[in-house]
Amino acid sequence: MVDLNVKIHDLDLKNPVMTASGTSGFAEELTDFYDVGQLGGLLLKGTTLKNRDGNAYPRMAETASGMLNAVGLQNKGVDYFIENIYPRIKDYNTPLIVNVNGSTVEEYIAVTEKVNELDKIPAIELNISCPNVKEGGMSFGISCPSAEAVTREVRRVYDKTLIVKLSPNVTDITEIAKAVEGQGADSVSLVNTFLGMSIDSEKRIPLLSTVTGGLSGPAIKPIALRMVWQVYNAVKIPVIGMGGIMNAADAIEFMLAGATAVQVGTAIFKNPFIPLQIIEGIKEYLERHKIQSASELTGCLQM
Amino acid sequence: MSRKFVEEFKVVKNIALNSSNFLIKLLSKKALPQIAPGQFVNVEVENSKEIFLRRPFSVFEVDYTQNTMSLIVKILGRGSKKLTEIEEGDTINIVYPLGKSFSYPEKEDKVLLIGGGSGVAPMLFLAKETGLVKENVDIILGARSKEEHIDVSDYAKYGNLHYTTEDGSLGEKGFVTHHSIFEQINNYSKIYACGPDAMMKAVAKIAQTEGIFCEVSLENLMACGFGVCLCCIEPTQKGNLCICTEGPVFNIKELKW
Repeated sequence: MVDLNVKIHDLDLKNPVMTASGTSGFAEELTDFYDVGQLGGLLLKGTTLKNRDGNAYPRMAETASGMLNAVGLQNKGVDYFIENIYPRIKDYNTPLIVNVNGSTVEEYIAVTEKVNELDKIPAIELNISCPNVKEGGMSFGISCPSAEAVTREVRRVYDKTLIVKLSPNVTDITEIAKAVEGQGADSVSLVNTFLGMSIDSEKRIPLLSTVTGGLSGPAIKPIALRMVWQVYNAVKIPVIGMGGIMNAADAIEFMLAGATAVQVGTAIFKNPFIPLQIIEGIKEYLERHKIQSASELTGCLQM
Repeated sequence: MSRKFVEEFKVVKNIALNSSNFLIKLLSKKALPQIAPGQFVNVEVENSKEIFLRRPFSVFEVDYTQNTMSLIVKILGRGSKKLTEIEEGDTINIVYPLGKSFSYPEKEDKVLLIGGGSGVAPMLFLAKETGLVKENVDIILGARSKEEHIDVSDYAKYGNLHYTTEDGSLGEKGFVTHHSIFEQINNYSKIYACGPDAMMKAVAKIAQTEGIFCEVSLENLMACGFGVCLCCIEPTQKGNLCICTEGPVFNIKELKW
């Protein structure tokens, strides 16, 4: 029997496969297909202090081996989440992690303080990398001083596992990773989407209402993998890898490059069962290679 | 929330109904769950670089004894084009059943069903399921020309069929809303419509003015089809809603039309 357990700071995961924020709703949507208790963890949809309507339609464009999105953090706000959604999902048998967003440091703090009170939320993912909002979001994640400031202030009010989600839209992602590690982040997750755009040449119009949006899917995988490997070599805290993971081989590549766990995102849009197939695939890989534990894969790239 | 599935279907029929519409009949190995008019499926057309995401299609017909389901596929872009090239015997992966259905009429209702383009599929499915006598069901189908209409004569037993064409080659000339039926629109207690946005908006405007119950089925670009990507939103009285889970069928009162 292989051991699929991995640990992200204080957070015990029964396997290294989580679903990425913005691709698995508030968990309930996936329960229409299967028991989410099989997942290593589930990152809830990005949550802000107040209701956000998100961006105008169209918010999505298919691209070669991927897609652009410009959702813009549509959600009903943290109070709605706590009163209406949390009571229904809190007993799902998988770690539910709130993806915390804000336009200002104060908003990040306010959301975090409210989520800190929830017994069944063992961790937050601080999203300083959303490319689709006018204020806040990615702007916090593309410079060391602002990434440090928001991480430091949130750390002050949060005592459970703090994951910081990094943007790939930077010159050197290791600098940002080191900066947030220095301010007490327990883990970093990477990468969020790449800023991109798409044009209808016949109509001569952008395909997204916001012109630019976030690129995800297999198209970004090699770059995401490279960034995970660089960050793994630059920090001591556990790295959660993501970016175009479609199957178990992809997930294993991220772990070999240094990820302790992975998040599956866009693949869920294609097939919500892919995270479960990846868990099975990792198990089969470990058995075939006679490796006892999934955690042994992390960073064991042969050079 | 309702149970949804990801399953392989076998293509048992793929025939061209006219130059741009195909009927694709799919067989499941398992018993089909209940599927209602207005609900849709999200089809993995092909796992390729160019067609990365699934494509949504309304369900046209369901046969629970044969475990078959049919779709009418209208060629709109590269995904639907590729799907019409599928061969009998091929398997195809489908996420289903998705979305909310039309509300069924009451016994005393007199209903008008309006379908345009690929919107014909859910309208005919609904026609079959109204539970009303034929006299109380009128169906207007609109297309640009006679060639773009599909043969739906089998459905004459469920309702009175009427046609419009923009060039006058079949039925009355003009858009569906130009049909003479609209002169007595107050005869109807419920109107259901599916088709191009402009058509549904024109229908909705009349229904609104006359105060007639009206449901429309929307079609927006979507990625997942089950409410997690938040891409297929429609602005409504309750804010932006995903048409894949809160629709695709909406009462026009819910919309900002």
